Amino acid sequence: MTITPAAMVASIGTAGLALLPYVVPPYYAGLMIPFFGYAIALLGFNLLFGYTGLLSFGHAMFLGLGAYGAAVMAGTIGIKQFEIVLLAVVIASALIALPIALLCARYVGIFFGMLTLAFGMLFYSFLFKFYHLTGGDSGMRVPRMNILGLAFERYNKIEFLAGPFYYYCLALLVIAGFLMWRIVHSPFGLHLQALRDNARKAEYLGVHVRRFRVAAFVISAAFGAIGGAILGFRVGLADPELVYWTHSGQLVFMAVLGGFSNFFGPIIGALTYTLLQDQLQSLTEYWRSMLGIILALIVIGFPEGVAGLAVDLRRRLARRAA
Amino acid sequence: MSAFANILAGGVFHAAVLFLVAAGLQLVFGVQKIVNLACGSFYALGAYFGITFTSYAIRLGMSPWLIFPGLIVSGILLGFIGPPIERLLRTVYSRDESFQLLLTFALVLIFQDVFKFFWGANPRSLDSAYLIYGTLSAGDFSVPVYNLLVIAAAFAVAAGLGLFLQRTNYGRLLRATAENRAMAEALGVDVRRIYAAVFTLGAVLGTTAGALVVPTAAASLDMAIEFVIEAFAVVVIGGLGSMRGALAGALIVGLIRALSIVFFPELEVLAIYVIVIGVLIFRPIGLFGRALA
Repeated sequence: MTITPAAMVASIGTAGLALLPYVVPPYYAGLMIPFFGYAIALLGFNLLFGYTGLLSFGHAMFLGLGAYGAAVMAGTIGIKQFEIVLLAVVIASALIALPIALLCARYVGIFFGMLTLAFGMLFYSFLFKFYHLTGGDSGMRVPRMNILGLAFERYNKIEFLAGPFYYYCLALLVIAGFLMWRIVHSPFGLHLQALRDNARKAEYLGVHVRRFRVAAFVISAAFGAIGGAILGFRVGLADPELVYWTHSGQLVFMAVLGGFSNFFGPIIGALTYTLLQDQLQSLTEYWRSMLGIILALIVIGFPEGVAGLAVDLRRRLARRAA
Repeated sequence: MSAFANILAGGVFHAAVLFLVAAGLQLVFGVQKIVNLACGSFYALGAYFGITFTSYAIRLGMSPWLIFPGLIVSGILLGFIGPPIERLLRTVYSRDESFQLLLTFALVLIFQDVFKFFWGANPRSLDSAYLIYGTLSAGDFSVPVYNLLVIAAAFAVAAGLGLFLQRTNYGRLLRATAENRAMAEALGVDVRRIYAAVFTLGAVLGTTAGALVVPTAAASLDMAIEFVIEAFAVVVIGGLGSMRGALAGALIVGLIRALSIVFFPELEVLAIYVIVIGVLIFRPIGLFGRALA
């Protein structure tokens, strides 16, 4: 068996992340938790955006579903097994995504974006206004849960996040990445790319365009819920800001930052964004505009994102070596 | 009954402001095919600037009668930010619409910090400056004269825009460019200048709306991202690219908000999105939109 470049990138990346907590202070290991959450969510998001060509501007809704689902499961109902919670939010998110997908998949381009935006904001205003159900703007608490049946009681929350939970999330990311790799390289994934590039031609060739779009939407929603549950677990809170449209915009930002035409782009984007935001926030209170300027530069100058730059660099090095 | 009339007056006032911003959004989308997320930021810019202008005007003892026209003038002057931003957007005209959307999203992020830098993070407001012109009342029904002025101004803008687009030569050029850019260009229309003009006009509509609203409401960092969503609801309900649609959509959204705040406060925003989704599903071209080719 030959080792493909993708397998190499994946194993080097995994190894690097596995060693990270030994090299950097716990603060940075803890910072990686939202990265894992966003990376998993973006893997799903990019199935929709990069591979199916549908730009959702309401995808944060599913992250919110994951976080609120975790809050309801662990807090209200009292199920403390994170695996069961994950399973439940994945199912719930897919079920809620299905009717939305059936409605949205009739459209492409800006109409798809607006419809998803409207659904996202609908969910947001529900969370915001139905105070007795959702806690309104103060959100819902997400209590600490057990992973793999273990409570890790001798760890405090920070140690727990930087230790066992870190590796747990890394494993989740590896599984999610492997799954997504299989999905996009299966006939199903190839169908999606075909209908992205030319929906009419794909239709002629017998692809059920709408059915495939719906499937991609539902899968991406399930990934989003896992990411959201991780984010909620880390902060200990599910709040409506998770669902606000600017958070959806942030997801698009990450995907473009990393490069949505590359499989690893969303993961790189999540990593770059998390580190960038952390550094900028400690540097200046005007970090938002810095991010805005970076986004503008990428959109104008580097539409392939960080992953595109890396591929470019590798090609250039290879040419020099040849 | 008069309580109801008061609610309606509030709704129409909100609709008037919404219409101005939505009209800017429609113009830019109709001609340039760009969904400008930053239109809410133009609105907020107008609002913050309007606060600065009004407080100076009051401090300098300017006659209150000059404040309303002064706000309009400052809104128009702020339109000067239009051309440089249009220049920036020009780099992505030929790209996918998601890139155009993202570039305007970048502008939203940048503008938010601009406001924070110049005006601070706390909401800024003028103490009931909307009462400078007194109120008009009949029985229990009363409405500030200032609000009536703004409503009148919005209707004047609606009529003016309609005349401009339908009856003037330049308006015809705009419509021709909106209809078929390549053909208009082939027939000698300077599309670049048209784009710059349209974007600037769209920005002016936003900044003016913002300037006009501050005597009645506070300016805050969130107003840009909140308002752009409402303006979106308006254009989706009315139909993308249609001016009449912007007017109808603004009235619908404005009145629904006003009514639901009183009768079903929990459904205030929810109701709007339900309508948006309903329109998108049953009539995606909106109430006044034309079928897309």
